[in-house]
Amino acid sequence: MKRWLPPALLLIGLIGAWQLAASSGALADLLNLERFLVPSPAEIAEALWQNRSLLAENAWVTLKEMLLGFGCALVAGLGFAVVMHLSETVRRAFYPPMVVSQAIPILAVAPILVVWFGYGIGPKLWIVALVCFFPIAVNALDGLRSVDPDATKMMRTLDATRRQILWRVEAPTALPFAFSGAKIAAAITGIAAVFGEWAGGESGLGVLIRLDSAQFETARLFADVTLVAAMALALFALLALAERRIVTWR
Amino acid sequence: MRQDTKMPTAEARDFAIGAASPAPNGGDASLSIRDLSHSYGDLETIERLDLEAPAHTVLGLVGPSGCGKSTLLELIAGLQEPARGEAEVGGATDGPGRLARCAFMPQRDMLLPWLSAIDNAALALRNRGIRRAQARREAGAYFERFGLAGFEDTAPPELSGGMRQRVAFLRTLIADKPLLALDEPFASLDAITRAEMQEWLAEALASHPRTVVLVTHDVEEALYLSDRVAVLSARPARVVDELNAPTPRAADRDAAVTDPEFVRARERAMRSLREGGNGALVAHSATKAPGRGRE
Repeated sequence: MKRWLPPALLLIGLIGAWQLAASSGALADLLNLERFLVPSPAEIAEALWQNRSLLAENAWVTLKEMLLGFGCALVAGLGFAVVMHLSETVRRAFYPPMVVSQAIPILAVAPILVVWFGYGIGPKLWIVALVCFFPIAVNALDGLRSVDPDATKMMRTLDATRRQILWRVEAPTALPFAFSGAKIAAAITGIAAVFGEWAGGESGLGVLIRLDSAQFETARLFADVTLVAAMALALFALLALAERRIVTWR
Repeated sequence: MRQDTKMPTAEARDFAIGAASPAPNGGDASLSIRDLSHSYGDLETIERLDLEAPAHTVLGLVGPSGCGKSTLLELIAGLQEPARGEAEVGGATDGPGRLARCAFMPQRDMLLPWLSAIDNAALALRNRGIRRAQARREAGAYFERFGLAGFEDTAPPELSGGMRQRVAFLRTLIADKPLLALDEPFASLDAITRAEMQEWLAEALASHPRTVVLVTHDVEEALYLSDRVAVLSARPARVVDELNAPTPRAADRDAAVTDPEFVRARERAMRSLREGGNGALVAHSATKAPGRGRE
């Protein structure tokens, strides 16, 4: 319980300070802005509540993109890691292009994907999956390769087949690594989904953010952003919890 | 942390001997190494080695660190192929044949932390396709016999260093191979636990006879546990001396190691080591990693 106290106090302190600075107008004056452009936490909470059905509707769209995109990346990333681990040739062939793919700015790719796959959920899944794939695949592969050679030798003299070595030794060794990759990926799913919706979409929190930004609906804008962050955080927390339950030997 | 349960009681010993299992795979379990050489690239690690171990004897290998002892074990176990010469285990000279006849116990226990002690010990049975419940039953019988009862479902990190080594040895034994390749099995243990484990291993081998190749940096351990000890030189490894152990695996270890004949054998082995090792032995014992055990 005690380790939650410092971050909780910090958060309460920051929100309190923000509330004071915003409601007194000091923050707006400091930024040299109109007061309605600088909402206080209370106003944001109010916007959250008043627009709850609109926000929920759009949040559900974004959440679906995040979860499905992440799921695709998880399956593809883990599968790729295993194949690259088992085949030296595949690893040599695919590892460099994989790194290169990560260096391509996703912001530039998003419009192309929209042109190719339309305004539906398709291009958003691609973007989220592309962003999530790399940390999952690379971490899982590192994990598979981190197995102690002595453990493999021991298993071979105990008549283990290649598959048995993979499932009994390599996969459990790689599991904490895969979880690290998945957590990194989970934290950025929100950003990726919003990017996808900006590039072209009809609904979702990303679309709402643009709208609110154009209309100076700053309180609701903050509410949108809060929701995106909360969803990504929830996915991260879920994975952290699963890791604690599954990886008991660490 | 758990204290090591003391194993060597007369009662347990009688029981263990009474429950002696026949030699695995019935027939030949001898080891023969003929004119064996090996190298990594240009670096020659083993030079024309000739060694013999009749069935159900222990061959001790001592030598300075980095002399290729571990490589030699891997060559014997069929994990690597020699550049020249051959190793024959139970009549097999090919790699897969040797691999099928050897079980390897690595220097660190290599227990899988995600499996309980008994599931670790039963790995070979599981690899053979035996169902988990059945494998656990079979391995469980050994736990009783070897003083590990009650620790079946303990996770390896919760076990003491000595217990972990016993589980690791059981895992090797349960594989039911004619030859056991032990790579410095007790190097990570403190002196007292190591002495206890040596006695324990002597008993275990009395009740479960196997041909054993024991690599160790500890001359006393080699002379106490082995029937015959080969002293290897610094790289490339050659045999500089071979000794017969005066009292292999004597019941009373303390008496055995202070016996004048044993002391003479130890001094001779140490001398041979020093001559063959170019002083590397001193550096070796000083750089030995501190015990990983949790006594």
